[in-house]
Amino acid sequence: MSDLRELYQEVILDHNKRPRNFEELPDAERRATGHNPLCGDRVEVFLDLEGDRVRRVTFQGAGCAISQASASLMTEAVEGKTLAEAEALFESFHDLLTDGPTAGARDLGKLEAFAGVKDYPMRVKCATLAWHTLREALRSGAGAATASTE
Amino acid sequence: MNPALTATAAATAREALDAGRVRADFPCFARWRAAGDTLVYLDNAATTQKPQAVLDAVTEVYAGGAGNIHRGVHRLSQRATEAYEGARETVRCFLGADSADDIVFVRGATEGINLVARSFLAPRLTAGDEVVVSRMEHHANIVPWQMVCEERGARLRVIPMGPEGDLDLDALEDLLGDRTRLVAVTQVSNALGTVNPIGEIVTACRRRGVPILVDGAQAVVHGPVDVATLGCDFYVFSGHKVYGPSGVGALYARREHLESMPPYQGGGDMIRSVSFEHTDFAPPPQRFEAGTPNIEGAVGLAAALDYLSGLGLERVAAHEAGVLDHAVRRLSTLPGVHLVGTPKERAGVVSFVLDGVHPHDVGTILDARGVAVRAGHHCAQPVMDFFGLPATTRASFAVYSTVEEADALVDAVAEVQEIFA
Repeated sequence: MSDLRELYQEVILDHNKRPRNFEELPDAERRATGHNPLCGDRVEVFLDLEGDRVRRVTFQGAGCAISQASASLMTEAVEGKTLAEAEALFESFHDLLTDGPTAGARDLGKLEAFAGVKDYPMRVKCATLAWHTLREALRSGAGAATASTE
Repeated sequence: MNPALTATAAATAREALDAGRVRADFPCFARWRAAGDTLVYLDNAATTQKPQAVLDAVTEVYAGGAGNIHRGVHRLSQRATEAYEGARETVRCFLGADSADDIVFVRGATEGINLVARSFLAPRLTAGDEVVVSRMEHHANIVPWQMVCEERGARLRVIPMGPEGDLDLDALEDLLGDRTRLVAVTQVSNALGTVNPIGEIVTACRRRGVPILVDGAQAVVHGPVDVATLGCDFYVFSGHKVYGPSGVGALYARREHLESMPPYQGGGDMIRSVSFEHTDFAPPPQRFEAGTPNIEGAVGLAAALDYLSGLGLERVAAHEAGVLDHAVRRLSTLPGVHLVGTPKERAGVVSFVLDGVHPHDVGTILDARGVAVRAGHHCAQPVMDFFGLPATTRASFAVYSTVEEADALVDAVAEVQEIFA
């Protein structure tokens, strides 16, 4: 059994308690709602673009510390990225959580705090819900979309 | 009843259960301990561990030679039939039913409810009719009725619940009307632990001539049940929640209902004679058991019920109440912990939430400390909606649970609070 502090790192606890960019963008160009039917976690992601770059991304939702902190750190990580860069970042992040092919190949900065999740397979979906939702928003074009972890 | 016998039974009930010996009957605990791991299993409302007696009974079904039931004259078939029908008699005895013919083997409580919804309710239900469930039902005691109601244009009505997690029985009286075709209520809430005054509810229904199904999935494991005294029309429970195997359970139904009900599924074993023009169905309970059933499941279930009866249901109830009360008392003194549901009477279950910590995080941290609990909506989303919660943490106890395990739970909860402080 790995240490719980590996999973619940300070940065995760901090972003759970004080989530960044936790607000609705009323005039968001794009938005998507994500839902994990297994545990009831919900997240809504709001997105403004400038050309093919993420100008601003915010979220709202309720769920466990892993899902809330992941959403919060995601908004910080993807701001200013191009759509392709954001998608690539999700791939790297996903590999970090699942020990996938690119795990360890790239420094993910604060997102590395989630490395401990790979020891808790039941919680991977908590950490990826916001990212799935972001991807739906990115791919949906203008308007609203929905994502589900199932 | 013979007064001497009653006195003996009472004396037995007073003798406390030897929790250590009971625990030794369940091999999983020794195995985990041998592996150097702690197993504080407090998710018994989801499923229970199995005693050696059940494992042996299931193995023996095959080790002694597999046979199919109700067919063939050879010894293996006869052996299987006797074991299977013997299991039915054990269930009859356990539930206090008059006849083994009133017991239908099903996959579990869920299938029992679906069977009643399809074969009993649907043919009697027309547009404008009403079916009554309660606010604290498991989805299994909501969805099957809702499906039939939608098909027939009938209305599903709900007995409301108070903030403590007790049903409002005055409201039930108002709900029972000329159009009420069935009431379906749980005996014990899987999400809150509420023990419903099921006798009162059954009496209210029978006074109005309304059939009632009692969901005993969380009840049979915690105390004696007697359907004859209870007077309900239908009673369902699952084997795996009462120390038996999964994939088997039982439906008790009043004889006159079973006689009047069309088959649930068609196939072998449920017929008297078949031609391409016409099929005569077998009488109950075979009419409702199409195809080769879960023979080893039924036999394992019977072994579980025998095991539990051997311990004495009254003694089991007294032991569990002691452990549960201890857990409830200690949890309710922890600052930042809020019990969800504080019913008048409680069995097996305590649900709670922590300030500022999501139940899934509680569940993960408790698991890391060897304490297995359920975190989620407990297949009772209307209950969660009632309390305005997405989920709760639920600890549920069984005959092998100990006060030390309740302490381990509380200590681990306190550690969660430290991590999230």
